[in-house]
Amino acid sequence: MKATKAAKGLLAFSQQEDLVDLPDNFPLSGSEDEGDGDGERKHQKLLEAISSLNGKNRWKIPERSEASLKLSEFNVSSEGSGEKVVLADLLGPVKTSTSLAVVKKQLNRVKSKKTVELPLNKKEVEQINREVAFSKTTQTLSKWDPIVLKNRQAKQLVFPIEKEPSTIAPIEHMFSNWKARTPLEQEVFNLLHKNKQPVTDPLLTPMEKASLKAMSLEEAKLRRAELQRARALQSYYEARARREKKIKSKKYHKIVKKGKSKKALKDFELLRKVDPNAALEELEKIEKARMMERMSLKHQNSGKWAKSKAIMAKYDLEARQAMQEQLAKNKELTQKLQVVQESEEEEVGAEEEEPLVPDVVNEVQMSVDGPNPWMRRSCNSNAKEDEIQADPDPGQPLELVTNELSESEEDAKPMAEEEILLKEFEERRTLRKRSEHNHSAKPVGSQEETDSNSQEVLSELKVLSQKLNKENHQTKKQKKHSTETVCGVQRGEPIPEEEEPLLLQRPKRAQTLEELEELGREECSEHTEFPRPALEDQMERNPQNQPKGKKKKEEQMINLQNLLTTKSPSVRSLAVPTTIEELEDEVERDQRQMIKEAFAGDDVIKEFLKEKRAAVEANKPKDVDLTLPGWGEWGGMGLKPSAKKRRRFLIKAPEGPPRKDKNLPNVIINEKRNIHAAAHQVRVLPYPFTHHQQFERTIQNPIGSTWNTQRAFQKLTTPKVVTKPGHIIKPIRAENVGYRSSSRSDLSVMQSGQKGLSKHHQKKLKKTSVD
Amino acid sequence: MEMVPKPRSHAPAKKDRLRAKRKKPRRYWEQESGASPGPPPKKRSSRPARPRSSQVLRRSRISRKAQVPKPERRKPEQTLSGAQDPFPGPAPAPLEVSRKFRRIDKSKPLPSPKSKTRSRLEAAEAEEEEASVRAARSELLLAEQPGFLEGEDGEDTAKILQADIVEAVDIASAAKHFDLNLRQFGPYRLNYSRTGRHLALGGRRGHVAALDWVTKQLMCEINVMEAVRDIQFLHSEALLAVAQNRWLYIYDNQGIELHCVRRCDRVTRLEFLPFHFLLATASETGFLTYLDVSVGKIVAALNARAGRLSVMAQNPYNAVIHLGHSNGTVSLWSPAVKEPLAKILCHRGGIRAVAVDSTGTYMATSGLDHQLKIFDLRGTYQPLSARTLPQGAGHLAFSQRGLLVAGMGDVVSIWKGPGKASPPSLEQPYLTHRLSGHVHGLQFCPFEDVLGVGHSGGITSMLVPGAAEPNFDGLENNPYRSRKQRQEWEVKALLEKVPAELICLDPRALAEVDVISLEQRKKERIERLGYDPDAKATFQPKLKQKGRSSTASLVKRRRKVLDKEHRDKVRQSLEEQEQQQQQQQQQEKTKPPGTRPSALDRFVPQGDPWGINWCLCLLS
Repeated sequence: MKATKAAKGLLAFSQQEDLVDLPDNFPLSGSEDEGDGDGERKHQKLLEAISSLNGKNRWKIPERSEASLKLSEFNVSSEGSGEKVVLADLLGPVKTSTSLAVVKKQLNRVKSKKTVELPLNKKEVEQINREVAFSKTTQTLSKWDPIVLKNRQAKQLVFPIEKEPSTIAPIEHMFSNWKARTPLEQEVFNLLHKNKQPVTDPLLTPMEKASLKAMSLEEAKLRRAELQRARALQSYYEARARREKKIKSKKYHKIVKKGKSKKALKDFELLRKVDPNAALEELEKIEKARMMERMSLKHQNSGKWAKSKAIMAKYDLEARQAMQEQLAKNKELTQKLQVVQESEEEEVGAEEEEPLVPDVVNEVQMSVDGPNPWMRRSCNSNAKEDEIQADPDPGQPLELVTNELSESEEDAKPMAEEEILLKEFEERRTLRKRSEHNHSAKPVGSQEETDSNSQEVLSELKVLSQKLNKENHQTKKQKKHSTETVCGVQRGEPIPEEEEPLLLQRPKRAQTLEELEELGREECSEHTEFPRPALEDQMERNPQNQPKGKKKKEEQMINLQNLLTTKSPSVRSLAVPTTIEELEDEVERDQRQMIKEAFAGDDVIKEFLKEKRAAVEANKPKDVDLTLPGWGEWGGMGLKPSAKKRRRFLIKAPEGPPRKDKNLPNVIINEKRNIHAAAHQVRVLPYPFTHHQQFERTIQNPIGSTWNTQRAFQKLTTPKVVTKPGHIIKPIRAENVGYRSSSRSDLSVMQSGQKGLSKHHQKKLKKTSVD
Repeated sequence: MEMVPKPRSHAPAKKDRLRAKRKKPRRYWEQESGASPGPPPKKRSSRPARPRSSQVLRRSRISRKAQVPKPERRKPEQTLSGAQDPFPGPAPAPLEVSRKFRRIDKSKPLPSPKSKTRSRLEAAEAEEEEASVRAARSELLLAEQPGFLEGEDGEDTAKILQADIVEAVDIASAAKHFDLNLRQFGPYRLNYSRTGRHLALGGRRGHVAALDWVTKQLMCEINVMEAVRDIQFLHSEALLAVAQNRWLYIYDNQGIELHCVRRCDRVTRLEFLPFHFLLATASETGFLTYLDVSVGKIVAALNARAGRLSVMAQNPYNAVIHLGHSNGTVSLWSPAVKEPLAKILCHRGGIRAVAVDSTGTYMATSGLDHQLKIFDLRGTYQPLSARTLPQGAGHLAFSQRGLLVAGMGDVVSIWKGPGKASPPSLEQPYLTHRLSGHVHGLQFCPFEDVLGVGHSGGITSMLVPGAAEPNFDGLENNPYRSRKQRQEWEVKALLEKVPAELICLDPRALAEVDVISLEQRKKERIERLGYDPDAKATFQPKLKQKGRSSTASLVKRRRKVLDKEHRDKVRQSLEEQEQQQQQQQQQEKTKPPGTRPSALDRFVPQGDPWGINWCLCLLS
């Protein structure tokens, strides 16, 4: 019985899921556990009473029911051995009985389950609870962060905070989201849609729009006819093309090809006249096509067709002709295209016609630029020939040179190189003269023009370039020169006038590159007419005689002149108001003034200088002299500490910042700080600023109404916080800030936070359990 | 035939052909969509038809985006009624004009600010910009336009007589030209009130009068029975300061003597600083005295140490007083400093007259050397222009718009500059006028094209077109204000009184941080704390594991960082040097050929701080 009862109790416990204390629960005393009925207990009591009547066992120690050392939760005292009761022991007798199979199963299930871990002690639980609570509150509070931030950054806060009044938006702004809900609305909109009436913009229906866009009837008819014609033409064209494509006659195709090529040539010719640039491009294309053709070796007599024709040629006249044709074609292809070359030459010619730069320079560039120097040379020779032909042409190029002076100056360096060359030719001055005569072959009128235009520098450049030109092809064309000189002598008069001085100058002129540059500079100065102080000129003239200090003084003098007797416009030119009547006292005053003036001048300046020096001295930081006389040497009357000692004990004051009037000889500016004004200045940098300039920038704009318009003033001086009088300022609420709708999201945030937290706590739990 | 498309010479690829087949000829109504022929976009066809309204909206939005990627001004939204804002967006801001009102000089580089600071700076700049734009927009309200006399081709405006001008102008303006023939009480000094409505005149022989010169209504007329040296209105026309032979007296507009200021004795000239409520007096004894008329206290009495003071002018821009001395210098004074703020040597002889223009940019001086000079007061103090006058100018005055008048004997001539902000060019006088006596006092009337001349024969009010500012600030100087308005203005002005010690050469310097005391404070703080809290923390190597944090490696890491910093520094300095060198080279290159270096340059002394050589040369 007892066993069954115990099992029952166990079951009950297992249902309670409090199995931790299970082993302890088992030492149950039967009397305690039996709650079957009062009868038994009464019976027991009766027995006891009876046995107590027996004198022996009268003083039986009553059972203790107070708290003992080993007290279970359920007030079960485990008397005796204190051994744990094992489930198996209890189950021993049950094994045999089959009626308890269910119980056994359940027990087994219980056995297979793990034991529940010990609950944490109170302290830890509290700590965990605190942490969770903290995280929860931070979560709930953190949703206010943006609001707090916003309010902190807000330019103005108005209390009591009200919900932002919903602005009344016109219905059409809300229209895209709006839907017809009520049946009436739906019906109306159905109607509208059905009739294609505009819903948003009532101005025009699509029909109306289309009608607006439509043209007049006549115009539309015309347009239609045009379109019809175009379509018909297109179809014709397409049909023709299709037909032609199907033709298999070779002769026909040949003819077509020829015709095409001819036409292309013609077109090209035309294009060349009209638009040379486009022609060039076209030419390139043609050239490319030709190259392709050449590469293909189609006309080489080695093809299948050619071979067959070669066999046939003996007998067939036509075949022979065809072969010859092909050979001709081959020849043509292997040759350079004549057309192309012509055009090239023409280009070169065009270049020669307007040489912006002296030809020599061009030549150098060419040799540098050209991909194939060998080819270029031939080109050059061509060009030279052309040039020589062009030489007697009008003075246009030279005029251009005058215009492009700067350019030619840029080219000074190559020129310099050629200058050295030039030196070699110096002995042939006579020849050069002749060359000039040669140039004089220009029409006289143009010559005069150039004369008028040209400046000295220009003419120089001209001469140089001409010379160089000459040098380059003198040797070749000497004969020509000689012939031309004959006629040149006759009208050589005007030019030597201009150029002779330069020629005379030649020997002493610049011969190195530097000198040439200097020359350029001088020229520049001549051009710009840079005002050169006369004094400096003088100094240059006799630089060794005058000491430098004096020079400086003189400059100062000039300074003074500028300062006190500034360029005064001539008195005569003054529009003197009217005749000035000299009154008597006026005369007197004038005389007094004259006297004063006579004395004033120098005195004033000297005094001022003295004053300024004194001011500077007074403002200078002073050195500290710590020398003590008599230490380490003899002291006394008339004895001074040695210079060495003084130097040793002199503490030099740090150099102050430069004076504001350092470069202003006529001004003394007080360097003293205005401490009264400084008291009103800002002395501490406010928080976010790290440099005073940053802060200064923010306060540069005046905010007073004197310097601003009324609106700007109001805006600049709006108070940070405004409280409406007569209103209760309630603490902020979530609804006021518009948080109601987002409650769910908040929850979700909380949950996710919890998850993280719970993980953390699980870890902690594990740790504790391990411990 | 030109319209017909050319058939392709070689067969197109299959896809192409397909596309070509599908291609339709363009129709005229397909102007928008059919611009690019090709396969019709699949998306559009596959998309289910949407409700019309939304589609329309969407399309319109897209098209707007396509047209203007960054719409500067919002396009007006279509309203249900079809009504549109004819002037959508904010009002246009005149950029050029608003530049005039800009206060922040953005060209100055700032030390790179942190994000928080940057946002503050940006906010300040935005505010400034907005304010300037508003100011520019409100300039529209300045209805009056300034103008000058212009001679018909080649005509000299200086030859135009007052009578001609009076004939030409309307009656109201003509009435502003008048002569007061007051031969009895000697040469007159005169002063206009700040509104330009009232005129005070003081004759040498004691005649003091105040009148509303526009209506010619006499307010008071008294004889003080003493020599009157100068006369000046105080902040309003109700108070009148008169420098008499012994003391300085203050009268009200009824001619009642209110005060006798005995601390200001033998005053020769008076100037009133309206925003500071200071009356500056220059005396024969060589003292410059500042009297605060709002509290009746003498703020400062400065000894100029230059003998008798009889030439004085105020700089309206910074309220600095300019005194002219007999040794040819002009000294600038502030009540806060005992010494002159600056001394400028202007003339060889003594100074006879000084005037400063209303912007505080130019100063005109005339000296005993018969010269008239205009100096730049913006830091350089150098003469901009000068001319010799046959007689020398005894009196000078600037008008509000920068016209310069000089009184020479019995003649006044007026010069004008090419623009408002430019100094008057002394080449050709703008107007000249002869008076019946010698000039003794000159002033341009504010807000009226009128020049008042006090001379030995009385007072002459002459018309000078273009002299005054055409628009007045009704809150500041309202010529038409009533008594009540004047009283109100007085209270406001008193509340806004600027302390006397704020007068300095550059008034904008007050808006700067006091760097000296800032640094001093910083130094003290560092001393107090024992370390510099703002200093950059030295590098501390991180703790690493697995033996990588041994002492040696720590040292190594620290050294590494230090070396890197050092290298950066060196690199920077090298770069700077290079830049300097480049600049020098450029300068050398750009030097005009006239100033090319000569071999003698090495003998030129490096600096000559006080012009010793100059002085030596003067002595020799």
